[in-house]
Amino acid sequence: MMNNSCAQPMWLNGPSPGQFYNFMGGNNAPAQLPRELTTAGPYGTKHSTAAITTGSSVLGIRFDGGVLVAADTLVSYGSLARYQNIERVFQINNKILLGGGGDFADIQSIKRSIDQKMIEDQCCNDGVVMKPAELSSWLTRVLYNRRCRMNPLYIDVVVGGVDEAGKPFLGNVDLRGRAYDDYVVATGFGRHLALPLVRERKPKDREFTFEEATSLIRESMKVLYYRDTRSLPQYTVGICTANDCSIKGPFKVEENWTFAEGVTGY
Amino acid sequence: MFRGQYDSDVTVWSPQGRLFQVEYAMEAVGLGTACVGLKSKDFAVVVGLYKPASEMGLSQPKIIPIDQHVGICIAGITADARILGKYLRTECLTYKHSYSTSYPISRLVYNLGNKMQISTQRYDRRPHGVGLLLAGYDDSGSHMYQVMPSANVFNCKAMAIGNRSQGARTYLMKHQDTFKVCSKDELICHGIQAMSYAASIDEPLKLSIGIVGKDQPFKILSPVESMSYQKTCKPPDTPDISWFPEALKEFDSSAESAMDSAAGPSTPLTATNSQPNLSVTPKTSKNQVNNKKSS
Repeated sequence: MMNNSCAQPMWLNGPSPGQFYNFMGGNNAPAQLPRELTTAGPYGTKHSTAAITTGSSVLGIRFDGGVLVAADTLVSYGSLARYQNIERVFQINNKILLGGGGDFADIQSIKRSIDQKMIEDQCCNDGVVMKPAELSSWLTRVLYNRRCRMNPLYIDVVVGGVDEAGKPFLGNVDLRGRAYDDYVVATGFGRHLALPLVRERKPKDREFTFEEATSLIRESMKVLYYRDTRSLPQYTVGICTANDCSIKGPFKVEENWTFAEGVTGY
Repeated sequence: MFRGQYDSDVTVWSPQGRLFQVEYAMEAVGLGTACVGLKSKDFAVVVGLYKPASEMGLSQPKIIPIDQHVGICIAGITADARILGKYLRTECLTYKHSYSTSYPISRLVYNLGNKMQISTQRYDRRPHGVGLLLAGYDDSGSHMYQVMPSANVFNCKAMAIGNRSQGARTYLMKHQDTFKVCSKDELICHGIQAMSYAASIDEPLKLSIGIVGKDQPFKILSPVESMSYQKTCKPPDTPDISWFPEALKEFDSSAESAMDSAAGPSTPLTATNSQPNLSVTPKTSKNQVNNKKSS
């Protein structure tokens, strides 16, 4: 007696009798899930609820010919100064700088996505490069989308650079997708310490000059080091003008603790 | 018409290395009414020729606005053009939403070409039976692209496609070096002049004109504006006729007075048709066109 229990079906993915043939029938790509949900376990996934490994302040200052973006090289694990030599200011392309504050893993993640976009730009080979205002807008969309899915990237970034005409742009996007642009932006503690310090010095009728901007960066990073407990006396500065876009440093804060000898009573 | 056993499918080559289905699609462009496109440093203009299918109906739209900075003029199957127009609009809108800036023209056309190529290589598709002239303006200036059903995309100074467009192309080739420094009005006039070579003599020119450029979002001129341009672009009485066809300048005064009396935009065409030196030998001009495309 014939045993057909092991026989393969004759016709897979074909039309049911009386139906039309569908060229993609049965071979449809599975619906694309949002990437962060594709690894869902049997009980779902837990979204992060706080930043774990964090970078502190990022400070950006716009001047008449470009922008400066500065951040110290510390990535903390809670109150532990865990990674002390990590650059947090990145050059994205010849027109854009990115300074990352907040959860450093999320910064690395978004940086990878941005780098991929830059590669796509280069592949087109048509001379079109992304401009800082465009990246800022794109980040707003991505971050707002993530927060709407109740899975935000815990980051606070500074985007700076120059556009095609050499006009400087400096903006800030945070984990909810809130964004603004100004002549000075800061994240983390810098928003409380450095921002007022820079605004105080702003001439009403003109932009900062390069010299003013650099000295303000130097001064602000010193204040941040003295006052912010999650900081180091070492920082890098990204500079972006029409002709040059690069990361300088690391620089040392000029620290002076002689006054400490006089501090008593604690 | 039929070329034997090799033209039934878009995926079948002829022994001569040709894809007849794709070439047939190119023929569809030639059936559509003419489109002329040209650009100066700061502006790009497209001119489409209206020809209503019947006395009772309106003509199909010839110009489709895509975004603030792009518009297309179409020749061929309008239904296919609407699909491409919808694609371009979606792309531009998505880009604008993501990046808050307008889509760079070169990349938009590049992506359109890639999309159209797919249908020339799949057995369950057919090529789009429509040719486009895409006028755009972005950070790198004004642009004029020709897009063919074969998914070839050409960056042009000026181009004419569609029915009887050879005459217009000849005009454009003859004047292409002057376009770069043209003002907006001069550019539109050149477009209208070129189109008059592609139009039928015995009907009045019914044109649809689109313009885009520096501080000028893409706009289709209203019938009134279009008509006033057509009027001013008639053989001019003013001494400054440097932009006007050489052939018409050489006209003697008697002919000129005759033209003045004959009202209507088809006048320049009547004049040119009687000029033997303008009737180009098709062979040379075709070669020139091909050279320009392949460069």
